[in-house]
Amino acid sequence: MEIVGIFKYLYDLLASSGLSENLVDVIAYAAAAVMVFGILALIALFLVWWERKVSAHIQQRFGPMRTGWHGWRQTIADAVKLLQKEDITPVMADRPVFYWAPVIAFVAAFAAYIVIPFGDGLIVSDLNVGILFILAITTFTVISLLMAGWGSNNKYALLGGMRSAAQVVSYEVPMVVAVLAVIVFAGSLSMVDIVNSQAKVYQWYLFRLPFGPIAFICYIIAATAEVNRTPFDLPEAEQELVAGFNVEYSGMKFAMFFLAEFVNMFTVSAIGTTLFLGGWNGPILPSWMWFFIKTFALVFIFMWFRWTYPRLRVDQLMEFSWKFLLPISFANLILAGIMKYSGWFNW
Amino acid sequence: MAELRTEEFLVNMGPHHPSTHGVCRFILTMDGEVVVKAEPVIGYLHRALEKICENRTYAQCIPVLDRFEYCTSMACNQVFALATEKLAGLEVPERAEYIRVIMLELNRIASHLIWYGTTSLDLGAITPFLYGFREREDILDLFEMTCGQRLTYNYIRIGGVSKDIPPEFIPKCRKFLDTFDAKVDDYERVLTANPIFIVRNKDVGVLTPEMAIAYGVSGPSLRASGVRFDLRRDDPYSIYDRFKFNIPTRQNGDCYDRYMIRIQEMRESAKIVRQAIEQIPDGEIQAKVSINFKPPAGEVYSRIENSRGEMGAYIQSPGGVKKPLRIKLRGGSYNQLQVMPELVVGHKIADVVAIMASLDIIMPEVDR
Repeated sequence: MEIVGIFKYLYDLLASSGLSENLVDVIAYAAAAVMVFGILALIALFLVWWERKVSAHIQQRFGPMRTGWHGWRQTIADAVKLLQKEDITPVMADRPVFYWAPVIAFVAAFAAYIVIPFGDGLIVSDLNVGILFILAITTFTVISLLMAGWGSNNKYALLGGMRSAAQVVSYEVPMVVAVLAVIVFAGSLSMVDIVNSQAKVYQWYLFRLPFGPIAFICYIIAATAEVNRTPFDLPEAEQELVAGFNVEYSGMKFAMFFLAEFVNMFTVSAIGTTLFLGGWNGPILPSWMWFFIKTFALVFIFMWFRWTYPRLRVDQLMEFSWKFLLPISFANLILAGIMKYSGWFNW
Repeated sequence: MAELRTEEFLVNMGPHHPSTHGVCRFILTMDGEVVVKAEPVIGYLHRALEKICENRTYAQCIPVLDRFEYCTSMACNQVFALATEKLAGLEVPERAEYIRVIMLELNRIASHLIWYGTTSLDLGAITPFLYGFREREDILDLFEMTCGQRLTYNYIRIGGVSKDIPPEFIPKCRKFLDTFDAKVDDYERVLTANPIFIVRNKDVGVLTPEMAIAYGVSGPSLRASGVRFDLRRDDPYSIYDRFKFNIPTRQNGDCYDRYMIRIQEMRESAKIVRQAIEQIPDGEIQAKVSINFKPPAGEVYSRIENSRGEMGAYIQSPGGVKKPLRIKLRGGSYNQLQVMPELVVGHKIADVVAIMASLDIIMPEVDR
């Protein structure tokens, strides 16, 4: 089950075939990009199905049951349906902005995976500013939401776009501060280094009392807001704004937003796994399996939130971020700094 | 830097909007997220029920009036039957009265369950909606086993009810009641103590008792404002004076209180049903009503306590004719919609949805 070995073998095979080293690298990166893209597309499709099943069982229903075993083909059918749909652009829309919004959302969602370690050695590129890169690239989602809201030339979409801009920007801050607490302890921005610093279970940042759990909870809350899910799903509040920023989108463009949303959810869970739950570390099972188990557990928590909580109001959302989450995460950062400096609990 | 020029804008909420409970339309003047002015536009569901009834015999009016307020069809039947019986001086058999009370209270619970589901849905919580509809399903099964219908029952007739309840009704109803209190506890566990639910509802859309009375708001929305007024107690119709039940009231008149009132009312209704199925006597279910039913001349207004407030039917009879001369219906939702524009000003757009949900407005009752 050691995937890295297979990759090594293929890479050597390519290198020994007489191609120049640069060309081999280019091919290898292209292949890695395609693979990551393929895996993520599969994961997104799976998550759509899984969300349906989770929500259904929370609500004492079955969810999709007709298409295949427990409806596993349902999302494939959905994707095919969305592909076939007419791609409508409103007459009064700002065409280029309207067109590029889903593309940016899609690209930003996938670009984060360049630096996420799926397992021991399973990483496209171990940048030494990995986590910074992720935080920077995921913020692009805001731009796409704003573009979608503005470009649609629809009042509901505009309200949704504005809400999401305000929301994501204000939750970005506590999220970054919560992540900083971990970085202070790990002493590195590289995702691989962060994972390596939590090789044993008691070294996971989640279990490093007292700052770890606080940072984790702050991160989870802020991440829920980042990916616009209940109780922070105001940008697309169905009952107020009909569908918010994507009200005018249909067909493939809508599908891109939809997939990006699920990929984003997986992204924040993967970051949470890497930063707090020891990444790929774990006994017996191969490292990539541990990574997926932990990440899906976090994804499940996000789904659980969604199907249990009502939605906050826009002013309460802001209040919660600036008056509660931000001070707590800052205090936590100071605490982490003191702990690191004094050398307490330096497991 | 010159100050940015901002202006108010219009948002047309409805008639096709996920949370306007039917086809109500609001023209909202917005200042950013804040509502400056709200203007309801009604009439999208107007079916001229009152006019249609003028061309039908009294018995034929009942299936039409099922559509008056389709969440509580039993109450629509009852209020018209009550008015007609008053007009004609008919005596309803004992057993029929009990059956009516059972049906009305079960229907009240079913209606509150719809309200519970849609309220939670409007606040973004999707799961409670399905919990509410799960229990409503049991009630609808009871109705279906009695009269064959699940929405528009046409069951309570002039002078009685159309069919006797089947023998398996009472055990099944008892089984439902035994589990129902625990189910209401479940509902409360999901929403009542939820901090997000509380901040969304506390001090939102405060309806003062003076305002409520001035606008003619009735039912749970009135009692949430601290006015202890319930027609089942204050103007008892049918046999409601035989049952023991509480009339929950609360003081603040905000969305949260209106929520709590309805939750408590479900429990009270369950109590009434339980007493009624214990006491129900045997006997006739239908008074003798001639096929050529021609009530004497006169005017009559009868009113009942419905889940959305006072429901009333006014009948004018010329005497010696099969058809009524004029019918006028009163529905609680109409008055509650009237008070909406005053309640929502200064609130956010999300609160408009929350307030509308908490007042439990249903459009067929407004538009007739």
